[in-house]
Amino acid sequence: MREVAVISFAQSEAQADAGGVNEVEILMPVVSKAVERSGIERSEIGFIVSGSSDYLCGVSFSFVTALDAVGAWPPVRESHVEMDGAWALYEAWVKIQTGEVDSALIYAFGKCSQGNTDEVLSRQLDPYFVGPLWAGNASIAALQARTLIDDGKLSEADMAAVVRRSHLQAIDNTNAQLRGDRSIEELLAEPYVASPLRRFDCAPSSDGAAAVVIAAGDLARKLCRRPAWIEAMDHRIDLHGLGLRDLTDCPSARLAAERASGGKTGFDIAEIHAPFSHQEIMLTEALGLTGEVDINPSGGALAADPVMATGLIRIGEAASRIIDGSAGRALAHASSGPWLQQNLVCALGAA
Amino acid sequence: MKQRCAVVGIGQTHHSAKRADLSMAGLVREAALRALDDAGLGWDDIDALVVGKAPDLFEGVMMPELYLAEALGAQGKPLLRVHTAGSVGGSTALVATQLIEAGIHERVLTLAWQKQSESEATWASTAAIPFQVPLVAGAGGYFAPIIRAYIRRSGAPEDVGIKVAVKDRRNAVKNPYAHLRKEDINYDTVKDSMMLWDPIRYLECCPSSDGACAMVLTSEKAAAAAPHAPAWVHATAMRSEPTMFPGRNQINPQAGRDCAADLYKQAGITAPRKQLDVAEIYVPFSWYEPMWMENLGFSELDEGWKMSEEGATAFDGDMPINPSGGVLSSNPVGASGMLRFAEAAMQVRGQAGQHQLDGARLALGHAYGGGSQFFSMWIVGKERPE
Repeated sequence: MREVAVISFAQSEAQADAGGVNEVEILMPVVSKAVERSGIERSEIGFIVSGSSDYLCGVSFSFVTALDAVGAWPPVRESHVEMDGAWALYEAWVKIQTGEVDSALIYAFGKCSQGNTDEVLSRQLDPYFVGPLWAGNASIAALQARTLIDDGKLSEADMAAVVRRSHLQAIDNTNAQLRGDRSIEELLAEPYVASPLRRFDCAPSSDGAAAVVIAAGDLARKLCRRPAWIEAMDHRIDLHGLGLRDLTDCPSARLAAERASGGKTGFDIAEIHAPFSHQEIMLTEALGLTGEVDINPSGGALAADPVMATGLIRIGEAASRIIDGSAGRALAHASSGPWLQQNLVCALGAA
Repeated sequence: MKQRCAVVGIGQTHHSAKRADLSMAGLVREAALRALDDAGLGWDDIDALVVGKAPDLFEGVMMPELYLAEALGAQGKPLLRVHTAGSVGGSTALVATQLIEAGIHERVLTLAWQKQSESEATWASTAAIPFQVPLVAGAGGYFAPIIRAYIRRSGAPEDVGIKVAVKDRRNAVKNPYAHLRKEDINYDTVKDSMMLWDPIRYLECCPSSDGACAMVLTSEKAAAAAPHAPAWVHATAMRSEPTMFPGRNQINPQAGRDCAADLYKQAGITAPRKQLDVAEIYVPFSWYEPMWMENLGFSELDEGWKMSEEGATAFDGDMPINPSGGVLSSNPVGASGMLRFAEAAMQVRGQAGQHQLDGARLALGHAYGGGSQFFSMWIVGKERPE
């Protein structure tokens, strides 16, 4: 395998409603910043790949106009996944592994304010048997949280503790949307959105974008004083059908983590993509994050969730802490689909 | 160092306006099972999946590959979903190819599909976008002025499009999977069909289809165990350019020219019309055949129409284009590009049945999308590349 590292990262400030600013306008400064920080001329970047979903703006081919944000002239080597940008980064990593290119720009965006994210995400469900019920995303996740509580695996107070820590961690994150010092009592006094999930157990609906530049071997060393080397990446998917899943477990996250970490634990930090508080508890276990791991120093998805960019932001946040020297090794995780159906793990290190 | 990639299994559905007999899961399985069968493999042998399709609004399901995980035997495996507009079938195959070339997997199932009968594609692709000039024209309305400009610039006779439509539709009669198989098609039936977007007549347009296409791609080592001769990947390329950049040449896009040049360089091709035996290219409206002849370097500028006019692109011509009947005969949008890639591979594997060309050894698969701005191509050969 070729050595590949994250050498720069930029993101927009997550907002509940960016108003009249469109996706390209959200994206443009973010892409420019990531490219500028990387030290590569835009025209020298070997490959460009993005992640987004047409469903967030309710328009087909929404990624097409987003390409305007990168200035694709003269023509570029470019691709797009209808997935979170973390999987776009995986595609870019594969592209560098083929030896065709030495660097790549990855970007992702989501302007959730253009629709009702809870309803939009429900369109991921089995279109014949479950989708027509129009169960919202939070209701679907609540089934999982309820099952975990019934099995004695966690309590509503445990979930509130996750929310409290996420919002506290986000105090120092200027890009976060939700932050503050909320007590467990205060959080548990909130009404249910979908029992047992309360307002802050669910990720907020955010508008935002992120961009990452990765580079191979000596190019990364030349451009970045302390590159965040990708030790390994892996992603896996579980079954979809409600009746086919053990909702209390997340085997695809477990498998991806085993393969990406190669059994080598000892991460200083982990950035986990858990859109619901109970899922962070599930994932911490499934990803094997035991001991002194600082979970979601950025505040995680509970502090900001620009859907389709949230996973890529996890990789960017984790890599940034290696680049700035505050962490030696980091695990970044991205998820997709109902009940954490699909999971990606990226192990990063300074050496 | 890139690993070699082989196509060892190919499958496609019978395409039609409405496959009411199948769910979306049933549709993708029909193609996937045929590809696995051709490869002599089962679901468990597959290491990873790469799925592609064009807009999710065409079916009304957001990221439907999540729901298709069980139908595609994907449990516990990596699954990627590609979407690059009309070129997606091609780019999906290329993402899968790279997983093999990078040495990450041994056997990858790649599949592209669209079940357009679930919605109305023209409506689903023309929703008004906030902060953007609405075209509300559908694909035909978008491309008609570009075709008109091509006719003016090249001085092509007005009926070249009709001849291409007759040729592709006759080819489709030999393809048992084609959506439109019009035995009685002739110059007059195309000419007399309704003018939809001048100069595009009804019978010069692609249909709206339900369909899927799948391929099993493997490493050289895994290909040795395949029951049938593989097609070898000789070259791959993708290029994109912006939609609204005023300096673009939408008739002969630079992204297409750059993509072809990159491809030919990798495959050691200097005279594509001579060296390639057959090409399956993305022609959703008849006039795109002569236009792409120029963009792909098969002819000089403004002379692509002569190839179509003189019969050079016919089944028995010197540069057969779309012996399968092409996009004009079957168009499940998300799968159309992969069908081009797969049909090219079928030709060099000698498995194209009635539309097989004698002695096809090197073939081009081509797809484009968006406003003539996304290109993906591959060259496959009967022989393993050096």
